[in-house]
Amino acid sequence: MAQMIIDTANHIAGYAAKAARVKVVAAYPITPQTTVVEKIAEFVEEGKMDIEYIRVESEHSAMMACIGAAVTGVRTFTATSAHGLALMHEALHWASGSRLPIVMVVVNRAMGAPWSIMPDFSDSLSQRDTGWLQFYCADNQEVFDTIIQTYKLCENERVFLPAMVCLEGFILSHTYMPVKIPKQEEIDAFLPPYKSGWTLDLNDPISHANLVSPEWFMEFRYMIQEAMENAKQLIPKIDREYRERFGVEHGGLIEKYRCEDADLLLLTMGTMGSDAKIAVDNLRKEGLKVGSARVRVFRPFPTEEIGKLAERAQMLTSIDRHISFGMEGFLATEIKASVFNRKDKPLVAGYIAGLGGRDVTSGTLEKIAKKSLKWMRDGKVEKETTWVDLRE
Amino acid sequence: MMVTVKEFSKEEYLLKGHAACAGCGPAISLRLLFKALGNKIFLVVPACCTTVIQGPYPYTSFSVPLQNVLFESTAAAASGIVAALHQRNVKDITVVGWAGDGGTVDIGIQALSGAAERETDFIYICYDNEAYGNTGMQRSGATPYGAWTTTTPSGKRERKKDMPLIMAAHKIPYVATACPSYPIDFVSKLRKAKEIKGTKYIHILAPCPTGWRYDTGKTVELGRLAVQTGLWALYEIENGKFKLNPPSDRLIDKAKRKSVKEYFALQGRFRNLTEEDIDRIQKGVDEDWENYRAQTSCSASDATLHGKI
Repeated sequence: MAQMIIDTANHIAGYAAKAARVKVVAAYPITPQTTVVEKIAEFVEEGKMDIEYIRVESEHSAMMACIGAAVTGVRTFTATSAHGLALMHEALHWASGSRLPIVMVVVNRAMGAPWSIMPDFSDSLSQRDTGWLQFYCADNQEVFDTIIQTYKLCENERVFLPAMVCLEGFILSHTYMPVKIPKQEEIDAFLPPYKSGWTLDLNDPISHANLVSPEWFMEFRYMIQEAMENAKQLIPKIDREYRERFGVEHGGLIEKYRCEDADLLLLTMGTMGSDAKIAVDNLRKEGLKVGSARVRVFRPFPTEEIGKLAERAQMLTSIDRHISFGMEGFLATEIKASVFNRKDKPLVAGYIAGLGGRDVTSGTLEKIAKKSLKWMRDGKVEKETTWVDLRE
Repeated sequence: MMVTVKEFSKEEYLLKGHAACAGCGPAISLRLLFKALGNKIFLVVPACCTTVIQGPYPYTSFSVPLQNVLFESTAAAASGIVAALHQRNVKDITVVGWAGDGGTVDIGIQALSGAAERETDFIYICYDNEAYGNTGMQRSGATPYGAWTTTTPSGKRERKKDMPLIMAAHKIPYVATACPSYPIDFVSKLRKAKEIKGTKYIHILAPCPTGWRYDTGKTVELGRLAVQTGLWALYEIENGKFKLNPPSDRLIDKAKRKSVKEYFALQGRFRNLTEEDIDRIQKGVDEDWENYRAQTSCSASDATLHGKI
């Protein structure tokens, strides 16, 4: 029997690392990630996790220690937030360039200055181009399931890339929810023992990651791009297999809600996707044909699925918990890029909301939807990017 | 533990065709490292001259497994390797961090300090050529007073950071200094370090003809002069006990040390030293040796005391 527990997303992340039978955890504390590493420390002290737990002196060292462990042939885990993730930046490139299937939980928090401990996606989205897969979760169950799923995905020989499993600080990290945890043997049957593309080997004494000339460098980069494309094929399959075994799935690349006949789609990431469903239900009661598409995987970006959604919908509105200063939210940019070459492309409008933990309710999303519907009927987007609930 | 040259392994794990400069002190040190430890090692190398020495993909001039890592991360990456080997119950592989002075005393000091405090079971070797050599000789924390570098064109105005003593302050079981000009001393220390559990730190002064501006045939001579003048002392600190090693143990008497001028005269990087600079450096060396003398007698009396008990 699966076990039903009620706990915070951070603790659930600890349960998932345990269930995935990770062997080395290297981590450094930062709010709001701390309770992830505390939960793991508790498991270790209680003898429930037989791991090497390296309490490193910085996040940069956390990622480099994970890299060291991964090249030595064991499954690794770490977790961080905001400035910790930014400090890791260089090492994130090193991990993906080395093709190591490391899984990291990112408890999303706004980047300073000024200091904030509240959530937005400015931390993980700033790492967009590091070659890491990026998943964004909407609830605690998804946090557990995604961690298990990403190990299977990242250790697939067609992928061999690291992944971030992102969850919003406090909204999920410190919020109790019921979560179904499958039996260990069922997880073991789904997730085989650690596999990587290569390890340090006395019998094969070669230099790893040494200098590469321009004659070879582009091929190494192309292989990462190919791996990302492969991951895009595998993610829905792994999600479906997970549902067949455990009865729960999260929509593969995009979780779609009432999209089939929708004129307008609200595109979100993370927990805003849950509020979007409520907003959609309320709007439907008023006879407005609105659907919700929660982008669960940001890298690889589900360009083709966005394209398919655009076949029916006349307007796509993205609500970003992020701003790329001098441009717009990344989600808006990616959506526009995904539909640009279509013949009958929909209108796309971008909204910036919820930065630094500013509350975004279903009511907020309903207002955004109604404004979008007006622009849709007028056939013109009045404003490319609108900041929601901004003080004048 | 002292070995003789006859006991050195005939095996060569630093292969012909490596890409070091002619007369490279670090390359000589690497060859000795492999002779001392054999090939059951995992070598962790950050950005440094050894990035170049090993040769470019798809080649390597080392016949040991080597993991290249980020500049500041040698000790952190080594921590991960040690942890994974422990989880896999592998006991016959020695993990060796091999980093330059910039990667150790400057950008890598945090990760190294962390690994030492965590009592990580590995050997960390700093090969010190007293500047950022791979990037073209810029000043580092290990550059000595008065030395020309490309970022101190008229000579550095601050003293060299005393990294071995910083590591000793971590109370790790083994700290040693060495120099490839004294291969038996270096190899003995590596073999001893291999048998000790915990963090072992060895700091080698590795002369660099390209950066120090001397004739490539004089690398061994330069290393000897550094020791004979007392500018570089060969010692080890084992479980807190300080001990000078030959020939440095015979140099406590100032009269037995050569003048630092002999060492400077061979190198272009010290061309601009004034008499005043030289006096100042000589004074610094003499102070260091007063410290060595104090530590030697302190350790000796400790030993006597322990003997009585």
